Amino acid sequence: VYDYVAGKADWLAAGLATVGPGSAGYRAGAVARQGIATCETEETLADAGGRVADSDWTGCVVVNSVRVVLGVLGAEDLAAAGEVAAGSVMRIGPPTVRANEEVAPLVERMAARAIDSILVTDPDGRLLGVMVRADAEAALARVGGL
Amino acid sequence: VPTPAHRDRVRELLGTGAQLVEVLPAHEYDDEHLPGAVNIPLKRMTPEAVAGLDQGRPIVVYCWDSL
Repeated sequence: VYDYVAGKADWLAAGLATVGPGSAGYRAGAVARQGIATCETEETLADAGGRVADSDWTGCVVVNSVRVVLGVLGAEDLAAAGEVAAGSVMRIGPPTVRANEEVAPLVERMAARAIDSILVTDPDGRLLGVMVRADAEAALARVGGL
Repeated sequence: VPTPAHRDRVRELLGTGAQLVEVLPAHEYDDEHLPGAVNIPLKRMTPEAVAGLDQGRPIVVYCWDSL
């Protein structure tokens, strides 16, 4: 017998599938973009910038070998593309939310602080995607939540 | 004594046929539960209640967070 110590809260926060009516609500993981660019600290801004062009977001997330988020490179950081290592210019410790964060109150908090996007990670800090506020607002508008 | 398991280990176990048991009250289970889980609320955890579980396969129990 095994005890899944972290339990249902952990499963939901990791954005894993569930069953039942409670799973139908809008959560950050459900509206997050997943096709975003990533790079590791020793890669160059030129490498990172090249990946962003083919991705669904304007930034690049700096991760370690198991996709734990270390930092982020914004479009302005990438504009100075060159042979500089991503780890030397990344913004360390960007704000993140878990996949089960309810979208409506999250959007309100982001709007109040003029935050356009936020990274979504599992409880271990591994990247799941990025929730763009405009995407979330559009999703909520479709169901009458805004 | 149950063996503590991280999410990754739980997923491995489920991939090899483990049984999942949610011990939260029925209304919480009904609202949302892990795929394949059965509900045996902790307050009703009797020998009769667990008799339906296959003792030959791993059993993973979970609560909201720690039991």
